[in-house]
Amino acid sequence: MIRRLFVTLLLLGLAGVFAGLVVSYSPDETLNLSARYYAEHTAQDIGAANIVTAIIVTFRGLDTLGEVTVLFLTAAIVGLVLSHGRREGGGSGRELPPAGELLGTGTRLLVPLILLLGAHVFVNGHLTPGGGFQGGAILASAILLLLLTDPLRRISHRLITAIESTAGLVFVGIGVLGIVLAGGFLDNRILPIGNLGELFSAGAIPIIYSFIGLKVGAEFSSMLAHLSETEDL
Amino acid sequence: MAYIAMATGFVLILIGLYGALTNRNILRMIVAFTVANTGVNLVMVAVGYLHGRTAPILDASVPVAEAAERIIDPVPQALVLTAIVIGVGVTALMLAYAYKLYESKRTLDISAFKDLKW
Repeated sequence: MIRRLFVTLLLLGLAGVFAGLVVSYSPDETLNLSARYYAEHTAQDIGAANIVTAIIVTFRGLDTLGEVTVLFLTAAIVGLVLSHGRREGGGSGRELPPAGELLGTGTRLLVPLILLLGAHVFVNGHLTPGGGFQGGAILASAILLLLLTDPLRRISHRLITAIESTAGLVFVGIGVLGIVLAGGFLDNRILPIGNLGELFSAGAIPIIYSFIGLKVGAEFSSMLAHLSETEDL
Repeated sequence: MAYIAMATGFVLILIGLYGALTNRNILRMIVAFTVANTGVNLVMVAVGYLHGRTAPILDASVPVAEAAERIIDPVPQALVLTAIVIGVGVTALMLAYAYKLYESKRTLDISAFKDLKW
């Protein structure tokens, strides 16, 4: 009881702080300096129609590399933690009830479409709202659907690892090519910038973002596969 | 509009913290943390919103020359995009640890885990 009271008091105090923040908040009328720089220089320097993509992949590409590394570490730790001490052979021999007609047929129909949508989202990341991270998450949702239909299905970890490490190496390789051929690490101008708004524009951004998409999709899939392999507890 | 989104974000943070502090079940705490995480993301996106402007994508409605006057701040959006992805990773990690905890004590009640309690 005293604990509830303490929690409520703490949250009321926090609510007071937040209320103060909201009340005293006044929205900017114009963009701040860095945002203005991105707005004015993206079209001519990067050639990407989606400014958010230009920031993520090129202006702050190094951060994205770090972020992908964080994701990789997370996936690796999930795999390490969950596989530690697991019985070999897997499966407790327990029979699961079949998934049902609706889920089974729906999965067969939807999985290719979801994969297609994921690829579309990350290939068009420099033109439309979307990109590697969103597309990768969509790809992984197809894997999730497969696992929902058959929780005992085993996704090949070797395939996932191969996709992930290849995508990571290509990402870093393109970044290094930027040092050799253009202005610096992860510079997208190793390929022609092209016309704003076309699929083949923005230099290396579509390629980098596609590989980020594959990498993120592979990492999420590996997490999902590891979590689903805990089914036999 | 920015106020509504921002206030919703703060309310979500409070709901999430309340859930994390009062629930005894580890899975419920994880769900509460993701709710709070969503709230933080919402607040950050709301900070980047400028009234009467559109998404930071250059197309027919946002000519390149007027981009700085037409778009909202793209930096918080890029930040939140990455934050969402990291949030998924953190959630997966929490779930993995929850599984390990369940495996060790066969319960998800947080009060059963006293090893580090003083």
